[in-house]
This record gives sequence, C-alpha cells and structure tokens, in this order.
Amino acid sequence: MNIKSQKDFFSGLMFMGIGGAFAWGATFYSLGTGARMGPGYFPMLLGVMMTILGAVITFNSLVFERADGDKIGKWAYKPLVFIIAANLVFGVCLGGLPSIKLPPLGMILGIYVLTFVASMAENGWKIKPTFILATVLAVMSYVAFVKILNLQFPVWPAFITG
Amino acid sequence: MELLANLSLGFGVAVTPINLLYCFIGCVLGTLIGVLPGIGPVATIAMLLPATYALPPVSALIMLAGIYYGAQYGGSTTAILVNLPGESSSVVTCIDGYQMARKGRAGPALAAAGMGSFFAGCVGTLILAAFAAPLTELAFKFGPAEYFALMVLGLIGAVVLASGSLLKAIAMIVLGLLMGLVGTDVNSGVARFSFDVPELTDGIGFVVVAMGVFGYGEIISNLAQPEDDREVFTSNVTGLLPTMDDIKKMTPAVLRGTFLGSALGILPGGGALLASFASYAFEKKMGIKPGEIPFGEGNIRGVAAPESANNAGSQTSFIPLLTLGIPPNAVMALMVGAMTIHNIQPGPQVMTSNPELFWGLIASMWVGNAMLIILNLPLIGMWIKLLAVPYRYLFPAIVLFCAIGVFSTNNNTFDVWMVGIFGVVGYLFRQLACEPAPLLLGFILGPMMEENLRRALLLSRGDWSVFVTRPLSASLLAAGALMLVIVLLPSIKSKREEAFVEE
Repeated sequence: MNIKSQKDFFSGLMFMGIGGAFAWGATFYSLGTGARMGPGYFPMLLGVMMTILGAVITFNSLVFERADGDKIGKWAYKPLVFIIAANLVFGVCLGGLPSIKLPPLGMILGIYVLTFVASMAENGWKIKPTFILATVLAVMSYVAFVKILNLQFPVWPAFITG
Repeated sequence: MELLANLSLGFGVAVTPINLLYCFIGCVLGTLIGVLPGIGPVATIAMLLPATYALPPVSALIMLAGIYYGAQYGGSTTAILVNLPGESSSVVTCIDGYQMARKGRAGPALAAAGMGSFFAGCVGTLILAAFAAPLTELAFKFGPAEYFALMVLGLIGAVVLASGSLLKAIAMIVLGLLMGLVGTDVNSGVARFSFDVPELTDGIGFVVVAMGVFGYGEIISNLAQPEDDREVFTSNVTGLLPTMDDIKKMTPAVLRGTFLGSALGILPGGGALLASFASYAFEKKMGIKPGEIPFGEGNIRGVAAPESANNAGSQTSFIPLLTLGIPPNAVMALMVGAMTIHNIQPGPQVMTSNPELFWGLIASMWVGNAMLIILNLPLIGMWIKLLAVPYRYLFPAIVLFCAIGVFSTNNNTFDVWMVGIFGVVGYLFRQLACEPAPLLLGFILGPMMEENLRRALLLSRGDWSVFVTRPLSASLLAAGALMLVIVLLPSIKSKREEAFVEE
C-alpha cells in the first residue's frame, strides 16, 4: 500500500488521535441526554466527528493520486528550536524559575537574551549587530511598555531592586 | 434620519483627541505591518490585545480596527514594489501591480491602490452604518437554534475560504471547537480536559493560541525559506498621479471591486481575502478592450479592483460581528476577544447598550480611511525605506513583542510555556498543510456553539428537528449546505484550486 499524500496521511492520523483522545476523555464526564446535556456530551460529539474526519482524510491519502507524493517539507529544526527557546528563556527571565531558585532577572536582561537566542535561528548572525538590535529593542520596550503603557513587569534583576 | 443622528453621535466620539490619537496609532501600525511581509493583522492584534487593557474600550476597538483595514492599504505597497504580498489579501495585487512597477509605472499603481481603497473604505463604512440597525432588529428574533445554525453557516464559510483540502479545514474547525471547550463547563462547574492544572480550568488563553499558532508558527516557517533576491523598486517611484487614461480605466474597476468586496465581506467566512480574489477573477472575466494592456502584464484594473475589494470587505466584515456577535474571520474573532476583555458581550445588544462604542467605531473607520490615504500616498517614501530593513532585524523584534504580549496578558509564566507548545503545534500544522485560520474561529465559537446547542435542545426537549422546523434556522442551514455543494461541484472545485494555486 502506497501513501499518495504524505501530508494528508499524517494529518489524518493526527486528527484521529486527537479526536479519539477527546472522545475518550469525554467519557469521564457525564454525557447526559440531548435534552439535558452533560459536560461530556458536546466534546464526545465533536471527538467522534473529528476521528471520523481523520479516518476519511487518511483513507483518501492512500487512494487518490497526488503529484510527487505530496511530501512533508523538510523540518526546519534550527528556527523551530531557537525561536521557541527564545520565548522560553524570556519567560524564565521575567518569572524566574522557582524550582532551581532562580530569581526573576527582569525584562531588560530578558530582551538581550531573547534577541541573541532568536538571532541564532538564522545562519550567519553576528554578535555586534545583534547586540545593537537588542539595545534598541530594550530601550524601545522600556519606553513603550513600562513608561507609556505602564505594564507591570519586573524590569531589573530581583537582586538589584531587592 | 436616525442614521444621521447616530452617525453624528459616532463622529462625536471618534473625533475626540484621544480617539483620534488611537485611530492614528492603529492606522500607522496597520500600514506598517501591511508593508512588512511575514507579519499580518492577526498576529499584531493578538500581540496588542493585552496592551489595550488599560485603554477605554472605544479607543481600544478603534485602534484594533485601524490595524485591520490599515493593513489592507500597506499590503498593496509591498505587492507592487517587491512582488511579495505584504498581506495575504494583496496576493493578486502582485500580479499586475509588480508588472506596472517594472514598466516604471509604480506611481500610478500605488495611486490606484490607495485611491481605490479609500473610496471602497468610505462606501464600506456607509454600508456598515446603514445595515447595522436593520440586521440588529433581525438578530433579536434569533433563538438559540438560529444562533447555532448561523455559527454552522459561518464555519462552513470559513472552510470554503480555506485554501487547502475541505476535509482538513473542517477537521481544523472541530479541533478549534474542542480546544475552546477546555476549562470549566459553565453549566455543571466541571473542569473539562484540564488535567488538574489550575491555570487550565480557566480555559486555554485566546492570545496564547493566536500568538503561538500565527505569530511563532509564521516566523518559523518564514525563516525556513531561504531569502531569495528580489528586485525592489524603491528609487524610481516618481509621479504618483495617474493619467486621464488610467482614471478612465480604473474607475469602473474600483466601483465593481467595491461592490463585490462589500457583498463578500458580509458573508460569514468572508472578509478581505475572499473579496480580493473574487474581484480579480471578475475583472479578468470582464475582458479587455482593444489596445488595453492584458492582465498579468500590468493592467491598472488588476490593481484597482482587488485593492478596492479587500478594503471594502474588511469594513463590511464588521457587520456580522457588530450585529450578531459572530466573527466571520480570524481578525473578527480577535475583536470578540478584545470586546470580552473589556466586559462587552458582542451581539445585537451592543448597539443599544453601548451606542457610543458602536457608532464611534463605525465613524472612526471613516476618519481612519482619511488618515490612511494621507499616510499611504504622500508619505509613501517613508514606507518604502522600511522595505529595505532585512528580515534578520525584524524577526527578533516580532518574537519579543509576542513574548511580552503573552506574558502581560495574565502576568503569568504559565502562558509563556503554553505559547511555546502552540508555536511547535503551529509549525506542525504548516508542515502538514493544515490551515490554522479555521482553528482560531472554531476556538472562539466553541463555547458559544455548545451553549446554544444545549439551550436549543433543552427547549425542544431533545428533539434535533428543531433546527430544520424553525424557518430562520432552516434557511441558514440550507444556505450552509448550498455553499458546501457549490464548492464541491467539479467545475467550481477545479476553479477554486486554480485560484489558490496562484498563491
């Protein structure tokens, strides 16, 4: 059996899996009847629907011919990892990590870390322009978010402000 | 005459200094993100939602609306000068606009886009003002069955618009609906699918989903594509004024685009994107006069019509939101989010309970369009300079604004972890060619749909036939079924695929 569309084959599997999981999860809540729906009724309905849709998508991907197999494109691991990591380290800088007793490091430091980590997503990044960019962003963010919009952030590291 | 009284109330609200300022900020931001490829109104509005907490609700909505229609203006600049759609709704503008620029006629192309957009925006706003009141009356006749049917129709509309496979788009909607159900069930108080995580009992944050799937997902796939060399026509934009001949050709195209765009904007699932595609196709169908430049080689009608249509569509897509409380597209779904964080329940009652908000927002669109034509024609040089900024410097800034926006929603690092997960999920969707826009719409409508289904079936004592025996609900569902049948017809199906291939 040949997969005629790789993208559809795997998205069908994904929908089947998630739909099945939701439908299974819905059995833990009372379903009720149509006239008196319980919390599980609508999720069950949708979960079953999604599982069926997923099955049809997978089935079609095995039956209908597509140009050059409709392959899934190459995974861009580098941008994926660095962009998500940039977001996570920024969160750590703002909120700290209580589990390893890391205090909040504040927005300004967070911006520098985020800019550097994010820039690494691209080939051929250089330290100096990245540093300048981070400084510009830090100043702009300080003015826009802290001064003008008055959002409540830890701005400086906790051990400085106390 | 009541319309005039309402509009004057609206202008009274819209021209106060503070609202003018926010309207201006919205228009500038909208143009900015419109010009910049790789960031759209959905991500921007999601980013700014948290920042609008502190603003009065009217100002917040005026600014967010400005971003949406402002992006329609800015998108054409990039399409014409760089052959890149700055905005998805400017995809078709590239075809003829870029060819005009190559022939040294970038000025008239930009002028046609700007002037067409302005005219269409004004007409769209008028239609919005005129239709809002009667539609609101109609909305009060809606019971839960009708609301449910209307949402089904809206979701089908969104599916028809999605560019890939219909089945996958429907599955994405269902996934969105399911994700919308996470959290405490209002009727039973049961925390559903929360895995005993306290933060999840409030449901998954809207900003988190929008930002992760659209913001980060988009950045990652942009970075995955190698930057190819493009010819940018930045130096030779001289003589913005179109010739008499241009004006003669573009005027009917602008009128047709405006009409088509306004009509398609009102439809559930419609909006700027559908409008621009449809009007370009229509313009092509109209044929060309002898001696006219063919389409695809720099015909001014190919710029004027879709640009008018996308702006008209973006204005009239506010109609379902403001009168029925139902978002027809992803941007309007975000507007629902914006209204909810200001404690305004979107729906027909907004017009009576918050008339200054309702009419103020409508009037501000006219003011905004006037600002935009000035921002985009005489000041075009400023935006062209922006196009010279490499993506390398832009994307870290976008990542930063996303991260700040997410954190500031609840001042909570939990949201930051969640957005990371959704960023990965968003990229996965892109890899599997599953369009995320229907997901967002389903996510917003999930709880509303469940509530209305529950009420409708409670009133009918569990009898599902209530949806087809009530005439309004039956006709809405019939319209939905008709839409599905139409797109599934073999001849239309191949046309639809053809239209989206040009992307």
